[in-house]
Amino acid sequence: MKKFAHDFKVVGNTRLNTRHFVLELQAPLPLPEILPGQFVQVLVHNSPSTFLRRPFSIHFVDYSTNTLRLLVQVKGEGTRHMGMLASGDLLNLVYPLGNSFSLPSSDKVLLIGGGAGVAPLMFMGDFLNRKNIRPDFLVGFRSADEVSQIDEYSKFGKVHLSTDDGSMGEKGFVTQHPVFNQAPLPYDRIYCCGPEAMMHAVSKLAAEKGVPCEVSLENYMACGYGVCLCCITQTDKGNERVCMEGPVFDTERLKWQSNG
Amino acid sequence: MADLKINIAGMQFKNPVTTASGCFGYGEEFKDFYDLGLLGGIFVKAVTGSNREGNKYPRMAETPSGMLNSVGLQNKGVDNFCEVIYPRLKNFNTQIIVNVSGSTIEEYVKVAERINELEGIPAIELNISCPNVKEGGMAFGVVPSTATEVTRAVRDVYKKVLMVKLSPNVTSITEMAKAVVEGGADVLTLINTLLGMAINSETQRPVISTVTGGLSGPAIKPVALRMVWQVFKAVKVPIVGLGGIMNASDAIEFMLAGASVIQVGTANFINPMVAPKIVEGINEYLDRHNIPSARDIIGALKVC
Repeated sequence: MKKFAHDFKVVGNTRLNTRHFVLELQAPLPLPEILPGQFVQVLVHNSPSTFLRRPFSIHFVDYSTNTLRLLVQVKGEGTRHMGMLASGDLLNLVYPLGNSFSLPSSDKVLLIGGGAGVAPLMFMGDFLNRKNIRPDFLVGFRSADEVSQIDEYSKFGKVHLSTDDGSMGEKGFVTQHPVFNQAPLPYDRIYCCGPEAMMHAVSKLAAEKGVPCEVSLENYMACGYGVCLCCITQTDKGNERVCMEGPVFDTERLKWQSNG
Repeated sequence: MADLKINIAGMQFKNPVTTASGCFGYGEEFKDFYDLGLLGGIFVKAVTGSNREGNKYPRMAETPSGMLNSVGLQNKGVDNFCEVIYPRLKNFNTQIIVNVSGSTIEEYVKVAERINELEGIPAIELNISCPNVKEGGMAFGVVPSTATEVTRAVRDVYKKVLMVKLSPNVTSITEMAKAVVEGGADVLTLINTLLGMAINSETQRPVISTVTGGLSGPAIKPVALRMVWQVFKAVKVPIVGLGGIMNASDAIEFMLAGASVIQVGTANFINPMVAPKIVEGINEYLDRHNIPSARDIIGALKVC
């Protein structure tokens, strides 16, 4: 898949809550085909402490407006500067990077996301709808004040919600949600993206229930296109690059020893 | 249009801009971004005697104006290189140089002998300066007598251009340069990464799994320039210079200090198009200063 490095124009910057915002970016040339699960590497200007690019999952693609969206959580200097971008500003992206979620073999699909890790699931939901599949979503947040975009996810499928503190939806982690009390679990495939501890817990639960599961990893990376060999994760084939062989992996192949 | 061609040790580079080992894979990853024929050359990822999985994750820390890595020479070994990777590289329209590494002198010799047989690979770059492996690597490159010994052992079996990549983690870079020239090096590459460390104060843990790692990026450029300049004055062999080159101006500074050819390393991680941009920038600089050839600026630093 051909990759590009281009200046995108900021056409929208929407605050979701105190820690999250959505950037809408317009490409200078017609977007190539992009698949759900792929990511971009963003060059943050005017932030001297941000030397390397920052990887972000692609949150949504709209070919009709030639735009893509990134869901960003403010974590440090780089993301703080991205949060201050205004319409008309330029942002350099290397894209589209990495592999993508596989196509499900049936229409019984559960998409699980936690925190900013929900980002690729919106794109995946839209993509599945275009294949006449309405997935279920299970999304988890820390508390009610971080719950956002539920209406938008609902356009693509049924949404189950949990919060760590129980201030909205079911209380607890996504793995404690009653959706998992159903026996047998009415899904043929689970796709998951979120904090590593959550993805690990979901992968264990999926294995117990006998449902194939894919997760999108977010390891520290320098380049994002396969040359620095920094973002490796241990799999059944040895060390594989999260940016090239991933970020999406079938959980059966992962050793879950990445956080040494 | 200035003349960008550079000849060193009988090898012709169409321009002085090459890419550093470990920062450009085997070149193929960049074919998506531009025509590799625009480059003077490519120094491919280190090749060792057998398969190496490299170090544990995390292998990278972002640091002020740079980064720390501890990849640890992950590669599939020389057999895989010769059988699988080499056939894909040999038709690239640029100079391909293989970075050779090992844990023992025997391993360096074994890899060099195999690479010697490969047509279209005009040189190897002997890596006696990797700070991220327990045995070998930098251990050979910080003591002059062992540096001479490993260089001589490879010189005996390798019949083409022998480059040796020096470690900056030494008291005297000129002493190391002289030691490898004595061992038979045709060209010197400098510098490899500086040994460094990053700590997360919140977790009170090192950021990378190996605790220490190799520092690269603009943070090391002044050290690299100083070493290139010192070595240029101390030995007669040509120099390939690198260390934090991000743009054409950085590249020209290295040439003024004495480098005939430069390598772009960490910058490839930030801007995949950076190397051809540096070629254009050098050309523009030479034209602007009415300098007919890139050769004219090598070591041309004006020190009064």
